Parts: sequence; C-alpha cells; structure tokens
Amino acid sequence: MNINLTLIGQSLAFVVFVWFCMKFVWPPIVTALNDRKTKIADGLAAAEEGQQAKAKAQEHAEQVTSEAKEQAQEIIRRAEKRETEMVEEAKGNARTEGDRILTTARGEIDKEANMAREALRAQVAALAVTGASKILSREVDAEAHAKMLDELIAEL
Amino acid sequence: MASSEALTTTGYIKHHLQNLTFGQHPDGTWGIAHGAAEAKAMGFWAIHLDTMFWSVLLGALFIWVFRRAAVKASAGVPSGLLNFVEWVVEFVDDNVRGSFSHKNDLVAPLALTLFVWVLLMNTMDLVPVDWLPELAKLMGIEYMKVVPTTDPNATFGMALGVFVLTVFYSIKVKGIGGFTAELTMQPFAAKNPILKILFLPANFFLEFVSLVSKPVSLSLRLFGNLFAGEMIFILIALLFSGGAVLFIAGGVLQWAWAVFHILIVLLQAFIFMTLTIVYLEMAHSHH
Repeated sequence: MNINLTLIGQSLAFVVFVWFCMKFVWPPIVTALNDRKTKIADGLAAAEEGQQAKAKAQEHAEQVTSEAKEQAQEIIRRAEKRETEMVEEAKGNARTEGDRILTTARGEIDKEANMAREALRAQVAALAVTGASKILSREVDAEAHAKMLDELIAEL
Repeated sequence: MASSEALTTTGYIKHHLQNLTFGQHPDGTWGIAHGAAEAKAMGFWAIHLDTMFWSVLLGALFIWVFRRAAVKASAGVPSGLLNFVEWVVEFVDDNVRGSFSHKNDLVAPLALTLFVWVLLMNTMDLVPVDWLPELAKLMGIEYMKVVPTTDPNATFGMALGVFVLTVFYSIKVKGIGGFTAELTMQPFAAKNPILKILFLPANFFLEFVSLVSKPVSLSLRLFGNLFAGEMIFILIALLFSGGAVLFIAGGVLQWAWAVFHILIVLLQAFIFMTLTIVYLEMAHSHH
C-alpha cells in the first residue's frame, strides 16, 4: 500500500484511455445516436404526412365515388326517359302508320265499291235496257237512246 | 491459503493485501519484493505490476468493447452489443447534461471512461478472493492483488488526472488572474485593498485546502470503500478453513456480501464519475 510509480503509471493509463475514448469511441456513438434521432423524427413526420395523404386520398375517393354514383343515376334516369320517349315515339309511329294504312284501305274500299257500283250500274242499265226492250217489245235503238240511258245510269 | 500450515491468519490477510511490487532493492538489484517490508524499502521508484496489469487489461477491455460498438454504430436499428453500449453512453450523457452546462467535448468521454473503467475494476472485487491469487501462485507469481481500486495508487492516479484537468480548465476559462483570485479573494471578500491583503492568507489557506481536498477525497472515497469491501471478503474467506459449519456460514456470508457489494461497486463508480463532472463544472463556472 505504498504510494509509488504505480501512481504515474495509472495516470498515464488514465490519459491514454480517456484520449482514446474521446477520439474513437464517443464521437461515432453519439453521432449515430443523433442521426438515429433525426431519422426517427423524420420517419414519424413522414408517417404523419402519409396518414394525412391517405385521409385526403380517401376523401377524394369518396368524392369520386359519389360523383360516379350520381352520374350513373343520371345516366339511368336519362336512359329511362329515352326509353319512354322511344316507346311513345314508336306508339305514335305505329298509330300514324295504322291511320295511314286505314285511310289507304278505306280509299281502296271506296274505290272498289265505286267500281262495283259502276259495274252494277252498267249491268243494271243493260238489264233495264233489255227489260225495257222486252217490255216495249220493239227494238229500241240503243244508240239512239244512249243519252237517255246514260242519264238513267247516273241516277242509279 | 489459511489452510496451509505455513500461513497464519494474519499472514493470510497480509498476503492478500500485498501488491506484486517490482523495483530496486536497497542492495541495488532489481526484482520483485518479497513481503511488505521489502516493498516499502523500494521507495517511490517501484511499480505494482498486478495493479497495472489488471487496470490496463480492464481499461483495454472497455476500449475494445466500446470501440467495436462505435465501429458498428449507425443510424439504423441497433442490436446486441451496440444496444448495451448505447444505453451506457446515453446514461452517462444524461448525467453530463444534467450537471455540466458548458461546452466541452472532453467531459462526456472522460465521464464515460471513468465510469466504465472504475466499474470494471470494482467488479473484480466480486471474483472470489482466492481464485486469481491461487492461479497466479500456480504460475509462480507470489503476490496478486486483483482489484486495482483497492490500491490507492490507482485511485490517486485517476484523481490526479481529474485534478490536473480541473486546474487546467480553471485557468483556461478564468485566466491565471481569475484562478488566483478564486484562491485568494474568497470566502472573505472585501472592497478595501488593505483588508483584501489581510484576508489573503486565510482565504488562500481555506481555498487551497478545499482545492486539494477534491482529488484526495475523490480517490480516498473509492479506495476506502473498495478496500473495506475487499477486507470483508478476505475475512469471510477465513471462515472456509474453520470446519463444516463455518464453511457453510462463510459461503452464505460471502454470497450475501457479494450481493450487497454489487451496489457499492456500481455506486462508487457512479459517484466517481458524477464528482468528476461536478468538479469540472466548478472549474468552468465563475464565482
């Protein structure tokens, strides 16, 4: 337990260890710790930002979806409207077409009837002439009486 | 060992308290001292080989482990050794930040070195007192004191380093004038120049004592605690030669004292570090 040269030796060892620690141990570790601190802080900030961006994106997506839904609704509504319109149009077309056909048919019928009537009149006239000639028992000059006969036919 | 017939109880204790001293014998030859008297006769120019060996070994262990961690240190995810080292570094850094308010790149590494180094040296105390000396005896080494902090040379050596730094920074921060004024102009302060001169001797005496008492108390506190702890381990070890009952009692006592001693080992290292920081803080601040 004497105080001797060991004291100096210990002091030297102390100086060397402290110097080494100061030069080669402390700075890299503390630098790494500080770097990590900033890295973690940055990471947390980035996460926060990401969360915010996500929320924004969600909001945007919701907006887009609702817009799309609205649009779809609108399209459906328009389609339905167009459908009824088309049906109405078709109905109208069919009606006019029917009317047209009906009118044509009616014209045709009238024409036919008229033709039949004319034919009948002719025949009746012929019959009447024949009848009259028979009744009169004498020859009637058909040509001479044609004017009278025509008037008769027109009266029928 | 106490069981060997050649050694009495006193001899056993004395043997355990004897450093492996290398120096010049009074007759002019160089060699290892056999016994306390021879070591004393060697005077100042002798060296404790065991203290030097263990303290440098443990200091190198600290440097090696922490350097390995420092090489691996990155901003990425830490693991294993790096985690542990970072924990220690942050603990020391917190303490330095708490007590030291100036800008000095030396203080934190100094505190870290002192804390870990002293802790490692103290921890040698927990190795059963006979193991390493017996091993050394097998290797032909007569004396082996394995706890460097039970050698006042080791604690004084470190405290001396701290003291030199304290004085250096006192002068660097406050100038020679400021440092001298601090030593001579307080605690008895006066405006009158004559009174100032009158107070000077008393002031200087008080301040000088308080200045010198810092390294002395710093080293003696550590030395005293560890020496006492070691002494008790040695006394407990004596029980092992006293029959079965004492053997068991000794075992239990040694275990209990070792558990309690962990606290002292850690606490003394922490106190040494904290006081170093405080002394350097005082050196940096103006009174």
